[in-house]
Amino acid sequence: MSKDLNKEAIEPRLVEELDQTNLEKIITPVLQLPLTFDPIQRINDGFKHFKINEFNKHPEYFQKLAEKQKPKFLMFACSDSRVSPTNIFNLRPGEAFMARNIANMVPAFDKLKHAGVGAIIEYAILALEVEVIMVIGHSRCGGISRLISLPDEETSYDFIDRWVSIGEPAKAKVLAEHPNATGQELQTLVEKESVMNSLGNLLSYPYVRLGIANKKLKVLGGYYDFVCGKFQFLDVHHHIEQTTNIQE
Amino acid sequence: MFIQTCMVSYPSSSSSPTNFTPAHTPITHSIVTSSTSVSHRYMLLVYQFDRICFEVVEDMETNALTFDDAIEGLKKLLSEKSVLHTVAAEKIKQLTTALEAGDANGFNPVTRIREGFDRFRKEKYETNPTLYGELAKGQSPKFLVFACSDSRVCPSHILDFQPGEAFVVRNIANMVPPYDMIKHSGAGAAIEYAVLHLKVENIVVIGHSCCGGIKGLMSIPDDGTTSSEFIEPWVKLGLPAKNKVKADRSINLEFSDLCTKCEKEAVNVSLGNLLTYPFVREALVNKKVSIMGAHYDFVNGAFELWNLDFGLSSSLI
Repeated sequence: MSKDLNKEAIEPRLVEELDQTNLEKIITPVLQLPLTFDPIQRINDGFKHFKINEFNKHPEYFQKLAEKQKPKFLMFACSDSRVSPTNIFNLRPGEAFMARNIANMVPAFDKLKHAGVGAIIEYAILALEVEVIMVIGHSRCGGISRLISLPDEETSYDFIDRWVSIGEPAKAKVLAEHPNATGQELQTLVEKESVMNSLGNLLSYPYVRLGIANKKLKVLGGYYDFVCGKFQFLDVHHHIEQTTNIQE
Repeated sequence: MFIQTCMVSYPSSSSSPTNFTPAHTPITHSIVTSSTSVSHRYMLLVYQFDRICFEVVEDMETNALTFDDAIEGLKKLLSEKSVLHTVAAEKIKQLTTALEAGDANGFNPVTRIREGFDRFRKEKYETNPTLYGELAKGQSPKFLVFACSDSRVCPSHILDFQPGEAFVVRNIANMVPPYDMIKHSGAGAAIEYAVLHLKVENIVVIGHSCCGGIKGLMSIPDDGTTSSEFIEPWVKLGLPAKNKVKADRSINLEFSDLCTKCEKEAVNVSLGNLLTYPFVREALVNKKVSIMGAHYDFVNGAFELWNLDFGLSSSLI
């Protein structure tokens, strides 16, 4: 009995609501829902934006650049989508030769295992004659998290685990110096120490050593914290002096 | 007799100069070994001075101290600890030299980076707190991009990628090497992370015009002799592309045109190499990921994009 009463109460109301203005009120929010992501459209729009706002606006600059690049920097940055040096340092096309990999690692000289990084460093110094090599670490780095969690008894990621182990000396050093550090504090310490470790590994490349000794090359380390929006240099000093002879 | 050797000690080496474990990253890393206590005390002072300077510098970064404030701070410090005078004099001399060196050719990398970051912080970071707040918690980029290390082809520029949009790998000639845990752990790690952890939906390999790496590949003589240590062995990953381009003798092309063809063919070789990773194949078959190749021509301001279709049909018998 009560069910039928309800039905009568509802139906006439529905009919009344579906006039023009009410229809718009229903449909407009639906139209504003995000459409499915179209990667091709995204790439198209992205390139158009660049072409209109940069490429076409500075024809001489880009023409000169097309003939030759002369970047002053070689930058090592993480592949993380949030830490593109172009974005965070407002770089122009042509300013920085870039290497991006997991956890912004520079492995030591190794023709077999690390030909990719070797090629980048060789090309940057010998062909392009960059003046500065910079290694930029960052907060919340997934690669460093993985390094800290190793060895992992349960899951293993063949490639990731091998690669992030480049930073093992940094992790060992931090754990030795800060045995009680955990969580975010430990993560930050290893992220920064890993930059230092990479800077040290740079010295294993003869072209880097030569460049520094001839004062043609500078090496810088940096750390970008995107949680607080801060950037700091992790300063490094190279000081090579003559040894003095012992006179008896 | 006073024996003193100052050596470069890289931070990753075992010994720290003193017993101090600083709260901040130590600045000076050098080992001074000496038979007298004078140099030990000197090192101590240098170290202390550096620590205080570091704190002042960090303060400057956070509170945007002016030059005058910095000089005031330094004067105050030196009036309190006159023992630091000699150390300070030397440090100031070093600083002056460094600043002068920057001016000599007009390029000071530290200034350039600081100014660049300041601009980013004011114009983007602080004006988009919601976006950066979300990004601080995690990333979910839709793209994994392989692009060349070339300074002219950064995907953030040419495709206007904003923070959070694209997980990017950059190497010489935007190569994706085939599956090899020993020789190519770097590329493998990036692909593994992007596909398995971040679950990117699209992988794009972007080649470009006037690529030095491809030019190097095309310039390797027929007998295969190479003169570089790393570059040529690396770009030889693109050898199938070079062979394909050279085999096509239907039209006689200039060297630069051959290079352009090779740039695009090398992208295809990389796309093929992506398929050597089982997790990529699986994602492709399950339609979780799409694979595209591209070529950016910065001479003419053009961009080409193409697809790689891959599928496994059901059993034929």
